[in-house]
Amino acid sequence: MKPWNNRAWFLVLPMLLLVAFSAVIPLMTVVNYSVQDTFGDNKFFWAGVEWFRKTLHSERFVSALIRNLIFSGIILAVEVPLGVLIALRMPKKGIGVPICLVLMSLPLLIPFNVVGTIWQVFGRNDIGLLGGTLKSLGFDYNYVSNPVHAWVTLIVMDVWHWTSLVVLLCYAGLASIPDAYYQAAQIDGASGWARFRYIQLPKLSRVLTIAVLLRFMDSFMIYTEPFVVTGGGPGNATTFLSIDLVKMATREFNLGGAAAMSLIYFLIILLVSWVFYTVMTRHED
Amino acid sequence: MAAIKLDHIRHAYGPNPVSRDDYALKGVDHTFEDGSAYALLGPSGCGKTSLLNIISGLVRPSEGQLYFDAHDVTDLSTRERNIAQVFQFPVVYDTMTVAENLAFPLRNRRIAPAEIKTRVAEVLEMIGLTAMANKKARGLNADQKQKISLGRGLVRADVGAILFDEPLTVIDPHMKWVLRSQLKQLHRQFGHTMIYVTHDQTEALTFADKVMVMFDGEIVQIGDATQLFNEPAHTFVGYFIGSPGMNVLPVKVDGRRALIGQQAIALPSGVTIPAGKSIELGIRPEHLTLGRAGLPITVDRVEDVGRRRIVRARLEGLELAIAAPEDADIPADPHVAIDAGRIGVFADSWRLESRS
Repeated sequence: MKPWNNRAWFLVLPMLLLVAFSAVIPLMTVVNYSVQDTFGDNKFFWAGVEWFRKTLHSERFVSALIRNLIFSGIILAVEVPLGVLIALRMPKKGIGVPICLVLMSLPLLIPFNVVGTIWQVFGRNDIGLLGGTLKSLGFDYNYVSNPVHAWVTLIVMDVWHWTSLVVLLCYAGLASIPDAYYQAAQIDGASGWARFRYIQLPKLSRVLTIAVLLRFMDSFMIYTEPFVVTGGGPGNATTFLSIDLVKMATREFNLGGAAAMSLIYFLIILLVSWVFYTVMTRHED
Repeated sequence: MAAIKLDHIRHAYGPNPVSRDDYALKGVDHTFEDGSAYALLGPSGCGKTSLLNIISGLVRPSEGQLYFDAHDVTDLSTRERNIAQVFQFPVVYDTMTVAENLAFPLRNRRIAPAEIKTRVAEVLEMIGLTAMANKKARGLNADQKQKISLGRGLVRADVGAILFDEPLTVIDPHMKWVLRSQLKQLHRQFGHTMIYVTHDQTEALTFADKVMVMFDGEIVQIGDATQLFNEPAHTFVGYFIGSPGMNVLPVKVDGRRALIGQQAIALPSGVTIPAGKSIELGIRPEHLTLGRAGLPITVDRVEDVGRRRIVRARLEGLELAIAAPEDADIPADPHVAIDAGRIGVFADSWRLESRS
């Protein structure tokens, strides 16, 4: 019999250290800040759940949260159906396939702050192509001063940036449906709608679950693009949780409040993602 | 119900076919009679599925016309042709129940709900899934799913023909036998024109009135089991039907004798040998007798296949299968005797008819 001992556990050590330094320790630092009061000089006073209570009762937090929820809701309502529609219309074979795939991938390859800068300039009504065109057509478009215009600009930018992700996921899902299904649907005399409803949509449900989750999480955490384009304004019109959080932590140096807010923010994303996942996969098995 | 006429159908999947090899179907000219059951038998890639898809309208033939009775349907869509087709792998609509799956082809054709209900109940009974009518189709096993596919083919009372594309491949052996008998019974009962594609000769011969053997994009022979066995029109039929298949021996012709190396076999009388073609003799293993008389052979091995033995031997270096009784012993100096009346002569693979 081979001798055995517990030394194999040491093999886990590198990964354990990596996870500890990249996730566990930073997270616990935040937890540490969230339950204490600090006045610099490294002096800490126990505050209990006071920061959490304050955050949840602050109007500033609640209104940013509502803005975030509305933004994510609009993003999902636009990008998911649009993505499915584009994926259905994309060519299935021939030279069109690589061309479409490359065009679709392009926005995904651009760094977030560059996307923000592109739209910041694109939308300016003095030098931007979009803003200038709208202005010369007689629209009084100005995302710097008009909250509705700022929202529309951010939403159009996000749709431009991220719909491709839904398209690519759905396109892959559609490509995995065997021809026999379409042939059987023809034999059964199914209409185009019936074919979508009973063959394509059920086969897409898995990738759509992933698409909805990813788009929810990313849009709920959006920071860079609104920061570059609107800086959270006009007023607080586009101040999302992430923007407010950075403001609180680095400009106001309110570490306890920011830490409590981070944890609540994190738990909301976790909770909503779990709800989406549970609802969307409840039919399986 | 309808007679299906294929008028010089050719099909190529690539664009601009030039040579004969570019065609997956190399010219099919045949009429399927109304109400008959046919089997299309052939190896993978011989064009049988292409032919089926052309009949159902999933594929438009490159050349030729297709008629249902007197109507030219070549350019009609699948939906307008009113054909049922069952595929090799089960196709079910996952989100629907078993009963909804069966009702789907009828609903799409706007049949009255009351009639849908009775038809679905009948078909559920037929395929033995009545107890599962309200279960979601996604949870079923492959057998049950394929039964639903079959059921969707059978549910429409007015179909012109029902096409089966190797429908029992994924079914387990016992169920295969049951379903095949049920299909045969349905055919007797309702008299649909049925075309059944398979590469399994037993399946073909037990299902169909007429078996069409396809090879390399062509129908090489149409006949019943006896005809295919005794008078194969092509060496491929001889080889494909029977287990083991017919022995095909290339020979040199010298007057009325066929020469294999040092050995000579008398050619059947009444067969005229054309010049300039390669000549082969076809002899079934069942028509050879192992013993001490005849042509000398060497025995490679003996396979025991139950109630008889298959002797794998060589005649002048050519492989030869001989069917021998279960208790046959192998002589030390083995010879083979040929039943002279059963020798088929093939020129460039096609059978030469005897005029006597």
